[in-house]
Amino acid sequence: MAKVEKRRAISDERLRGFLREMLLIRRFEEKVEERFRAGELPGFLHVAIGQEAVAVGVCNAMEDGDVFASTHRAHAHTLARGTHPNALMAELYGKLEGCSHGYGGSMHLYDVERGNLGANAVVAGGIPAIVGAGLAFKLRDEPRVAVAFFGDGATNSGTFHESLNLAQLWKTRTVFVCENNEWAESTPGWQHSPVYDDMSKRALAYDMRSIKVDGQDVEEVHERAREALEYARSGEGPVFLDVETYRMHGHYIGDPQVYRPKKDRQEAAERDPVERLRERLAVSSEEWDALEAEVHEVVEASVEFAKNGTDPQPEDALKNIYA
Amino acid sequence: MPELSYREAVRDALAVAMREDEDVFIMGEDIAEMGGSMGVTQGLLEEFGAERVRNTPISEIAIVGAGIGAAMQGMRPVVEIMYEDFLTISMEQLVNQAAKHRYMSGGQLKVPLTIRTQGGAGWSPGAQHAQQLESWFVHVPGLKVAFPSSPADVRGLLWSAIYDDNPVIVFEHRLLYPIKEELPEKLEPVPLGKARVVQEGSDVTVIATGPLVHRSLAAAKEAEKDGISVEIVDPRTLQPLDVETLVASVKKTNRVVVAHEAVTRGGFGAEVAAVLQAEAFDWLDAPIERVGAKFAPLAFAPAMEQYVIPQPADVVAAVRRTVQRGH
Repeated sequence: MAKVEKRRAISDERLRGFLREMLLIRRFEEKVEERFRAGELPGFLHVAIGQEAVAVGVCNAMEDGDVFASTHRAHAHTLARGTHPNALMAELYGKLEGCSHGYGGSMHLYDVERGNLGANAVVAGGIPAIVGAGLAFKLRDEPRVAVAFFGDGATNSGTFHESLNLAQLWKTRTVFVCENNEWAESTPGWQHSPVYDDMSKRALAYDMRSIKVDGQDVEEVHERAREALEYARSGEGPVFLDVETYRMHGHYIGDPQVYRPKKDRQEAAERDPVERLRERLAVSSEEWDALEAEVHEVVEASVEFAKNGTDPQPEDALKNIYA
Repeated sequence: MPELSYREAVRDALAVAMREDEDVFIMGEDIAEMGGSMGVTQGLLEEFGAERVRNTPISEIAIVGAGIGAAMQGMRPVVEIMYEDFLTISMEQLVNQAAKHRYMSGGQLKVPLTIRTQGGAGWSPGAQHAQQLESWFVHVPGLKVAFPSSPADVRGLLWSAIYDDNPVIVFEHRLLYPIKEELPEKLEPVPLGKARVVQEGSDVTVIATGPLVHRSLAAAKEAEKDGISVEIVDPRTLQPLDVETLVASVKKTNRVVVAHEAVTRGGFGAEVAAVLQAEAFDWLDAPIERVGAKFAPLAFAPAMEQYVIPQPADVVAAVRRTVQRGH
């Protein structure tokens, strides 16, 4: 739980790379919102606008061979771990070129080659398998780590509690990343958890090492995630990252957010992790414009790619049920 | 040929797989020192050690889920769920996760997970330790379901389940554990999706699973006294189902009884009846009869419990009804 004193271990150059990734995720998700509202995207979509620093910080701390499971709010994790925006956008359009070949959609993004074992539409549903992956790494003595992303809402499910207990008991090579974005769908933290302002108490209950992280500071997220991954990789046991972040938009695209006070939304803008990093790096307006233009091009190209993708044949629905 | 009990046959399949393959390991509640609540895994801790014979907390969600995760990394975990009633606790992991990862990933993942569980009435545990829930899982695309009724079948099918690249749930039956059979020393795999003709006959086919295979054998002897020749077919695997063998038997006898210990309503027999009327309607001389438990939870008092579950006499009565109807 101890807040470790900040070290500045990341070069400005690397941080600029993080800024680019975060901006790409932001603009990508804004584009997704726009295309959904235009009626082009089927299904049920959730953006992680405001939470980009968590995805970028953690995913950049992971190594090749590490695996992760995400949640219904998975675009950011998927992009941050290296899935091409084209493959992600194609998935959202339901195309065969998509990262789940049109079988998954926004809430079931997979990219096994890059360690993405699936975004999960059942809150906490993906956590136990990450314990199991961490167990497999331990049994085979492989220096790999399995990472579970989940939100504060998941911490009230039995699945979460059983998983933490088992992971700590067996010292699996697992890192739990609790993205406390202050909302479980429309329900604020104070209405759903007695420890909503200190989720690390959940880890404490299982005697698990926990680290508090400011999720709006990508540098801190990256450093703490690196520390957690190193610890888990060494076989000493799992780590719980108690990440305080902020969901700037609604639960789903189109959520009127009737439950959310105006003041809260204003605060959200003040905690924008992209703006924060931009200020810290003192990015000039020319540089920023160039970055925006670059990212814009990538996002536009992904839409173009997706629209030109291949529609599955209806009968493809009967494939991939059994291995 | 050594004589093995159903219990020893399960143990043998686990031991052989674990000896040959480092990726196979087992986990479950009380399976290590105690050897499992049914004694199935006795001795395995001594041979394979605590890393591969893992006692777990009472956490059905996490142990099934951990099995899924290890399986997705290419291991072949075998998870024991002490009573199939407790599968209901891990339902989310089985139905939404294990069954769906391959599909949702567009074919990128495999989940070679085996779940072993057991249930069955006849010993008065009451309503939460003896249900037969196998048909629930047949309803879920992505899962395979086996329900072996003999030592040879349980050994061979469990082996096939372990080496199948999909999640397979193997239902054992508590009352079958002591049943013995002479088996070859060397394990003979039984493929998933292959039925077994337990006994040949010419007048009526009884399609039975688990303990009802044995109760149907008793029923067949009884029916024989009336000159009725009963064929008994055990599907062994409920998903995938060996429709071909079932249909072949129907074409031979023209009459069918389906029999299982699970509740009749919505039971596996309903699915078999529907498949057979579609595939072999013109060969049927009588409506398909169903034998199963009455629509009630399992009561504690032995007289009530026995009243609810199907007895050999129920099979005999169903056999007689089809034969009378057909003449």
